[in-house]
Amino acid sequence: MSTSIVMTMRDSFIGTLCDRMSTDDTIFFMAADLGAPALDRMRNEFPSRFINVGIAEQNLINVATGLALEGFAVYTYAIAPFITMRAYEQVRVNLAVSSQIRPVNVTMIGLGGGVSYVVSGPTHHSLEDLAIMRLLPNMSVFCPSDWVVAAQLVDHTRTATGPKYIRFDGKALPALYTDPAAVDIAKGFAQLAPGTGICLVSTGFMSHRALKVAKERPGLAVIDIFSLKPCDEAALAVALAPYRHVITMEEGFINNGGLDSLVTKVVREYELGCRQYPIGFNDRYVFELGSRDHLHAINNMDEAAVIALTDRLSAA
Amino acid sequence: MIMTTGELSEKARWVWTETLRIHRLAPETRVASSLSAVEIFTVLYYGGLLAHNGADPRWEGRDRLIVSKGHGSICLFPILADRGYFDTTELDRVCQEGSFLGGIPDTIIPGYETINGSLGHGIGVACGMALGLKRKRSSNHIFVVAGDGEFCEGSMWEGIMFAAHHRLDNLTVIIDNNKLCMLDRCENIMAVEPFNRRFEAFGWQARRVDGHDIPTLFHELTTLKQRGATGCPSVLIADTVKGKGVPELEQDILCHIRTLTPAEIDRATGGIQ
Repeated sequence: MSTSIVMTMRDSFIGTLCDRMSTDDTIFFMAADLGAPALDRMRNEFPSRFINVGIAEQNLINVATGLALEGFAVYTYAIAPFITMRAYEQVRVNLAVSSQIRPVNVTMIGLGGGVSYVVSGPTHHSLEDLAIMRLLPNMSVFCPSDWVVAAQLVDHTRTATGPKYIRFDGKALPALYTDPAAVDIAKGFAQLAPGTGICLVSTGFMSHRALKVAKERPGLAVIDIFSLKPCDEAALAVALAPYRHVITMEEGFINNGGLDSLVTKVVREYELGCRQYPIGFNDRYVFELGSRDHLHAINNMDEAAVIALTDRLSAA
Repeated sequence: MIMTTGELSEKARWVWTETLRIHRLAPETRVASSLSAVEIFTVLYYGGLLAHNGADPRWEGRDRLIVSKGHGSICLFPILADRGYFDTTELDRVCQEGSFLGGIPDTIIPGYETINGSLGHGIGVACGMALGLKRKRSSNHIFVVAGDGEFCEGSMWEGIMFAAHHRLDNLTVIIDNNKLCMLDRCENIMAVEPFNRRFEAFGWQARRVDGHDIPTLFHELTTLKQRGATGCPSVLIADTVKGKGVPELEQDILCHIRTLTPAEIDRATGGIQ
């Protein structure tokens, strides 16, 4: 498939998963009444292994747990804030706690990361999910930036035991990765642009913004982190070591356990000399209406705000 | 080994005594809600109702038992030890450093399937297992032992709807209906009854028994398990007494968190230890 295609992560992921379901009959896909064009194919081809539990995220996780305890590979699919926060205690007890003792292969897919459901307001924005899922022991957390990485997550999640959370953006986005084989899931990140002095470390949708900023200001490095847990922290430390300034960019609350916390831990533990600047939503929900860029602009995380910061750091 | 009802009654008396002995050693354990379920677990494990193998707790041919009311199942410890899941000497170390037998049993204990202690999860997880067993073309059965107070949790009813919709006739829920939550009678806090009519309205087959009457428990559970392909899940409402057999508990509406003194235990057991 050409990487010039603009595509949703969910359709890329679900399409690949459908291919696997034709040869692997241990896969179940469960939804809390949320669709996708690629799901229509699954519902037709594998009606007995597509289960819509209705608008019931707590039961979604509980039933998935039971199936996983019987040896099945289970995918659960719902809107990001609901699958993570409505069902957080089910996730904690039956996935995170339980998987420390017994294999529980459940992959949670949260759709609509960040403010990608732009005009739907605070209930549908997902600004806490990455932090609260990272908090749980035994949980893996992925936040792909494009549909190429999303597709690569299928085989990993299918075979790796233990619970996982994947945040998908709600919008179709162009590919940032040209070679699927180069996506190193175990490493968890990739350098998308070389640079000196300043490095933009981003995840998900914000990696698109970081690359646009780097295009405007050549010389800014860009690192995309698509696995926030686990992440090869030693490799990340080596990648960050050359830079004086590290700007983290995430569509989530900052200073509370998300991408910036991951980078802070690496900077501290590997005694890196860089300074950090977190960009994201700062302890406040978003009721304002407008485009996604507008919501970013009023929270100092749009392209202009990032460029202003990098210019200031470059001049210092 | 399948026991006669007389032998089952003797075994239940032994389980009851052992539960009180464990409580004496580990006063943190929830004894009142464990005593209401003695006959239920005894009939399951000694009446030939639950296919199981103590030497191989995850044996694929086992029937699954989910103890949704985890903390009220201390009475299961002596049963599991007696059935070979672990050494009986472990019963002397409940809640002690290095033991795996905690105040709220989890799946680290051989014989327990799930993480327990947080109420309201059992039926939903059991639904997934029941569905999984059907897809594996297994004839094994899933039992859930739940407390009546648990039905205040909305997630229970999400699972109840799912089980009926997916025709999970390999699932039987047993309600230890001891009528008490922590602070008061359920009917005074949040009415969970009438269970029969509520379950039937949700598409389940419901039966009600005296949860301390071993022959009736045995008969009803056998009937429910052997119904065949009815297309609907089943529930057995077992009317029980919280703190059964210990007057200090039976007469105390706050018995859920009550710890018995050694003297009270001696009086109840007639000095047997």
